[in-house]
Amino acid sequence: MTTESVLINRVRQAIADSTPLCIQGGASKSFYGRTCQGEPLDVSGHAGDIRYEPSELVLTARAGTKLSEIETLLAANNQMLPFEPPHYSPGATLGGMVAAGLSGPRRPWGGSVRDAVLGVKLLNGRGEVLRLGGQVMKNVAGYDLSRLMVGALGTLGVLLEVSVKVLPRPADERTLVFELDDDIAAARQIAWGRQPLPLSATLYEAGRLYVRLSGSAQGVQAARVAMGGEETASALWAEVREQTLPLFQTKQALWRVSLPAAAPAMPGENLTEWGGALRWIVSDEPAESIRQHAAALGGHATLFRGHDGMGEVFHPLPPAMLALHQRVKLALDPHSLFNPGRLYQGL
Amino acid sequence: MNSAFQAALKATLPPQSLLIEAEALRPYECDGLSAYRQVPLAVCLPETLEQAQAVLRICLEHQVPVVARGAGTGLSGGALPLADGVVLSLARFNRILGIDADNRLARVQPGVRNLAISEAVAAYGLYYAPDPSSQIACSIGGNVAENSGGVHCLKYGLTVHNLLALKVLTMDGELLEIGAQSLDSPGYDLLALMTGSEGLLGVVVEVTVKLLVKPERAQVLLAAFASVETAGAAVAAIIGAGILPAGLEMMDNLSIRAAEDFVHAGYPVDAAAILLCELDGANAEVSEQIMAVREVLFSAGATEVRTAQDEAQRMKFWAGRKGAFPAVGRISPDYYCMDGTIPRQHLAQVLRRIGELSEQYGLRVANVFHAGDGNLHPLILFDANQPGEMKKAEDFGTDILRLCVEVGGTVTGEHGIGVEKLDAACSQFTAAELAQFHAIKAAFDPAGLLNPGKAVPTLHRCAEMGRMHIQGGALPFPELPRF
Ligand SMILES: Cc1cc2nc3c(=O)[nH]c(=O)nc-3n(C[C@H](O)[C@H](O)[C@H](O)COP(=O)(O)OP(=O)(O)OC[C@H]3O[C@@H](n4cnc5c(N)ncnc54)[C@H](O)[C@@H]3O)c2cc1C
Repeated sequence: MTTESVLINRVRQAIADSTPLCIQGGASKSFYGRTCQGEPLDVSGHAGDIRYEPSELVLTARAGTKLSEIETLLAANNQMLPFEPPHYSPGATLGGMVAAGLSGPRRPWGGSVRDAVLGVKLLNGRGEVLRLGGQVMKNVAGYDLSRLMVGALGTLGVLLEVSVKVLPRPADERTLVFELDDDIAAARQIAWGRQPLPLSATLYEAGRLYVRLSGSAQGVQAARVAMGGEETASALWAEVREQTLPLFQTKQALWRVSLPAAAPAMPGENLTEWGGALRWIVSDEPAESIRQHAAALGGHATLFRGHDGMGEVFHPLPPAMLALHQRVKLALDPHSLFNPGRLYQGL
Repeated sequence: MNSAFQAALKATLPPQSLLIEAEALRPYECDGLSAYRQVPLAVCLPETLEQAQAVLRICLEHQVPVVARGAGTGLSGGALPLADGVVLSLARFNRILGIDADNRLARVQPGVRNLAISEAVAAYGLYYAPDPSSQIACSIGGNVAENSGGVHCLKYGLTVHNLLALKVLTMDGELLEIGAQSLDSPGYDLLALMTGSEGLLGVVVEVTVKLLVKPERAQVLLAAFASVETAGAAVAAIIGAGILPAGLEMMDNLSIRAAEDFVHAGYPVDAAAILLCELDGANAEVSEQIMAVREVLFSAGATEVRTAQDEAQRMKFWAGRKGAFPAVGRISPDYYCMDGTIPRQHLAQVLRRIGELSEQYGLRVANVFHAGDGNLHPLILFDANQPGEMKKAEDFGTDILRLCVEVGGTVTGEHGIGVEKLDAACSQFTAAELAQFHAIKAAFDPAGLLNPGKAVPTLHRCAEMGRMHIQGGALPFPELPRF
């Protein structure tokens, strides 16, 4: 029996028994989101079958394929996943990457996971296998249900296969560092954001602003001269992406706050990425007050680490939106089998 | 029209916002696919959110279907009215509500024209990237509904990649805020789901778009080839070399000559195909890339490579491409525009096959398309006044779309299914997939009143098609476009 038919049978059995399933890939992001109540469904064995033609800029593989395997293959062809996804552990899979929908340092410039997803093969809650989207750059036939899977944390179905857009690696990449107070660093980033500079990542922490430039050798060189600063090592970007920096080792609540890039600082900001659009805060403030503050600035707050998995992790939705989410969920998963409660309570 | 229904609309809308006379309805009877025509019951042109909400609630109460309409430039009949339905025009939602240069975004109403956004933000050194050829006319609301693309999608993405937030009315008049001015909003990605949903899930009443910083420099190269196959291979070679052009467009000989006669772009009229390759970025970067691309083009077999000497010539090169559809319209009484997308590696093979089909059907084809994305626009030339030619053109089109699906592509890259490609969609989706789409529709619009009958074929229709196929009979074909 193929690994796919095993999964189909498991889901059909779960429909018959009304047993909810907790889908698990490499378990690298099991801390993310609420606790799922149900029987484990291991999808990491459904791996491989990589179809990749570099000149197409598209890669397709089974959802259990390890992210590290994919990135090694891309690097050998001088290409990359443009959204720089975090792994968090060596087991990270392609399907988990899509379900979590987390993008790394390049996100504001290179796009997000959902921007790159072109299609998925999905096992829905009726036990049917659907091909949604495709393997081409442009496709407007049918509703865009493949991008809907990104960040849904497995609540809409079992991902069997994913097609993503990939990009050439930049010919040159350099990291600059500037010693700046926080308000000056913020102003500087806003000003740079309005200039045609080859930015591909920023990080501000404790008086230091790091900036990565990516592009052709001459383009990067020109920007480097125009911007000033000192050149520094580039290992930092993997450290912030993988959260191996000391800040992320906290036992306290770690908040991931998404704001308009030019929004003023939140109280207690520890680290800023994405040109100002992503702020990390370690804080014991009540969730309510952090969320209100983020919402007032036009953003939202996720309780990323340091929670018990029982309360709401993601920013609560207004009632009409939550009701719509529930209807969308039932359209794909009518028996509420997949990852119940992982994204929101009651979803 | 039911008098209670009419009275309710009259009580809600000012007189200038409600059209019911046959003469006033006429301009709304079709979109850019003018072979399909239908006069609606009424056209509502609300000026406020409250009026739009009220129209939807009245229609829901009276079970009257609603077709949203932007500028009516759609090419698949998405905005085609229904005989027993109302057209909800967003034409008066035409204000730019706010520009936030520091956050590089603009909040606009759905009736704002695509190009008007870039014009309004140009003073800040910003622009809105997706640039459909219809950008002087089409509305941003229509762009959202179709997930429209343009010649710069290869590098900058489609509409879906350039949106931050939408305000949407559902059929019961509820206002939903989807997305935000910040990135990666919580919950399901309904922003992606709404984009390209062809007006079936909700009515877009506000759009927040992402703006980009204008590149320091943009430069275009024009390369000539002795065959379409070598031009197709050159496309793969450029991308294989690790270069991502801002735009990469191909035209074949018939379209080159038509465009040249029309806009005098300075195209090499003897070439079998040309590629237009735009490079943008920092000055130094563009210089470096021009050299690299020239080399790739020559080694891929280009017979000639020209670099636009100045901005005026760059605009000329593009004018030929952007004017290609009307240009082809001048050399044939009618043409039929296809929109399939294929994996680029099959470009040469598919173009060759289209050429063979062209001979087989005895109809000319002009190929002008987004080569970088593999999005084909074969224009089938025909004369509807010649008996049988329309049907031939339609069959030819069906063959092309089937070919696109066979090589792993799709029947529509950017124009949408609308009413035009409902049958073609049957060949792309299984019954379970179609049923899934209908379930999603019902989650948003349980009464099924928003643009019913468009975008997703019924299972019944596809089953009928299948049956007819087996009998080997002629497929039912609607009248073909004349535009
Ligand atoms: C000469 C020409 C060139 C073109 N070139 C391109 C091109 O390069 N790329 C491309 O992608 N397309 C192109 N198009 C197609 C067309 O311009 C696009 O599909 C465009 O986005 C349609 O916008 P519109 O405002 O005219 O929408 P309409 O035609 O009015 O409507 C299109 C669909 O959107 C729905 N809709 C409209 N407004 C709303 C709203 N506010 N809320 C919900 N639903 C809504 C309608 O119900 C309908 O289904 C071209 C068309 C022409 C005539």
